[in-house]
Amino acid sequence: MAFRNYILVCGGTGCESSRADQIFKNLIAECEAQGVADEVQIVKTGCFGFCEQGPIVKILPEDSFYVQVKPEDAKELVAEHIVKGREVKRLLYDKEKSAKHAQVEDIKFYQKQFRIVLRNCGFIDPENIDEYIAREGYEALEKVLFEMTPDDVIEEMKTAGLRGRGGAGFPTWMKWNFTKQAEGDVKYVVCNADEGDPGAYMDRSTLEGDPHSVLEAMTICGYTIGAHQGYIYIRAEYPLAIHRLEVAMKQAREYGLLGKDILGSGFDFDIEIRLGAGAFVCGEETALLQSIEGHRGMPTPRPPFPAVKGLWGKPTVINNVETWANVPVIITKGSKWFSQIGTADSKGTKVFALTGKVCNSGLVEVPMGTTLREIVFDIGGGIAHGKKFKAVQTGGPSGGVITERDLDTPIDYASLQRIGSMMGSGGMIVMDEDDCIVDVAKFYLNFTVDESCGKCAPCRIGGRSLCNILEKITRGSGTLEDIDRINEISLAMKKGSLCALGQTSPNPVLSTLKYFPEEYMAHIVDKKCPSGKCKKLISFEINPAKCIGCTACARKCPVGAITGEKKQPHTINPAVCIKCGVCKETCKFGAVEIH
Amino acid sequence: MAKMTLEDLRKLREKKQNELNKRDINGKDCQVIIGMGTCGIAAGAKVVLDTFLKVLDEHKITNVAVTQTGCMGLCYVEPTVEVLVPGMPDTIYGKVDADTVRKIVVQHIIDKKLVADHVYDRPSADIIKNGGR
Repeated sequence: MAFRNYILVCGGTGCESSRADQIFKNLIAECEAQGVADEVQIVKTGCFGFCEQGPIVKILPEDSFYVQVKPEDAKELVAEHIVKGREVKRLLYDKEKSAKHAQVEDIKFYQKQFRIVLRNCGFIDPENIDEYIAREGYEALEKVLFEMTPDDVIEEMKTAGLRGRGGAGFPTWMKWNFTKQAEGDVKYVVCNADEGDPGAYMDRSTLEGDPHSVLEAMTICGYTIGAHQGYIYIRAEYPLAIHRLEVAMKQAREYGLLGKDILGSGFDFDIEIRLGAGAFVCGEETALLQSIEGHRGMPTPRPPFPAVKGLWGKPTVINNVETWANVPVIITKGSKWFSQIGTADSKGTKVFALTGKVCNSGLVEVPMGTTLREIVFDIGGGIAHGKKFKAVQTGGPSGGVITERDLDTPIDYASLQRIGSMMGSGGMIVMDEDDCIVDVAKFYLNFTVDESCGKCAPCRIGGRSLCNILEKITRGSGTLEDIDRINEISLAMKKGSLCALGQTSPNPVLSTLKYFPEEYMAHIVDKKCPSGKCKKLISFEINPAKCIGCTACARKCPVGAITGEKKQPHTINPAVCIKCGVCKETCKFGAVEIH
Repeated sequence: MAKMTLEDLRKLREKKQNELNKRDINGKDCQVIIGMGTCGIAAGAKVVLDTFLKVLDEHKITNVAVTQTGCMGLCYVEPTVEVLVPGMPDTIYGKVDADTVRKIVVQHIIDKKLVADHVYDRPSADIIKNGGR
């Protein structure tokens, strides 16, 4: 069947929640109604990554990139673009240019990216195994089963230099090799899809957009280490990813790509899904294994490492989704090809979830060694609303802030650690001048305190104490001794905690303290919050010279703290004011000031 | 579908690759643009478009993008088709029907020769005479 047009509708969770599914259905209905259903293929793909502008609809072969599409637009898109061949200008990302010029490659967001993990996201239908197969899918499995020995695979992974994308960056081949060499006739392969960093969603998008890449990689690993059973541990709050995985597993079984005697090779491998309840600590590998076994998700001391004694006491390889998605490409394209991408100690690419105060938030895949400036300013389009850049938080609650000073550092595992942050799973939250750095540190600590499993004292008690100190500072009752306390407690947590959650949770505090000491001092010594975020330290006042007495703020104030005659300067009663800031947002004359 | 052997998987991949390649715009260096204004559609542009897709498929040609545009202004010779092939002059063909489409694909796109009796714009008279050489 030949089609003249292909309509790709984004089916990632971000776009789905902006009614992409309705757009998809409407497009199908409109193509039927307008008599072009036979000539057009409509595909629901995985995430395009350009989430800021979603829902995304892309029409080929013109390569028209439609953004912020609504279900009601389906009729016009079909009538104009498909039937009459005229692009719907108002929906195009780049409205100035015609189809010939405004190709996806020209959009700045995509220019510096290099897609390995997200190679199929936004192109194939993730619920159709044939489309994955057409894009070199299961070719790696084929090669491994019929042309390579397990040792060949280990060697290939070693040359490729792939390191874990879930946080610590441990070399993948070593994990596989340890497990392969471990004694035991039963071994397991586990996929860690318990993505929990605030703002990170690359694993979800990969599973939603290209589930077979993970299934194929796990099967390859199973063959390599001698395992016949795999588990995908995924949080129940990712229903779309779970659904697509289930569909993918069913199709793979029907094709004989999972199950007994895969492709007639005599090798058996199957995968089951295990749902987690969304506890952050279950992203820690030992806690995750506990949870799969049906126990409460709490870490256990390492060693023994899972490679020796993992799931049900058996040798287990556990890798994160993004790591898995790299594996088939390494096997098909070769380790040499892969090892040429990236930097000396970090090969390949990394997917970042770029969020926060940046113009183009979305999923970004770049070669290792790209600078933060390129990611935030070239790909991300800079800071939204013309504000000033302050810092980027990488590595989630285990990482730290990166400031203006280090924007030009090429990003890899080592360089990020040198500047006091870490790769983590790849969440990247951009902050501008309006964000209070003490408040940000408090936010992350609150998160880890909530998510601490409570098993070991340094994490359980230390985290709470740190949080209390930060709370005290943001209330204006902090003292200089508190800084020493922070350092002491942090050290104890780093040394004494059982797992990475406790060991790394002081990082956001330590790194903000290192790069923004003056902001902590302003809170402690001057009792002021320079960004105007900490409510106890600020007061709202109306500048009588600017106020024209329009009464707009007084009408909006939820507690009636603003009084004044019409056309006369108003005043705020500080005793009543709850510092919600509505008056400042409402005032058109900039008369409301923060002191 | 029953369980596959290695052979089945390779065959399926090859078959599906052809289908999916059509969606991929990379490597499409030729373009066929069909004038589909009201005049064009009334004169049979729809048949022309369908035939192009069919014939290109028959010849397993994957580097051609078939797109459409509005009226090109040559309403007196509709349906009109603009063909852009590297190394060939950009050409507008008029009075195109299913047979002409076959000629355009075989002569113009494959053999790189103009279909002289249907050329209505762009190349000058002497180029047409020489069949585009």
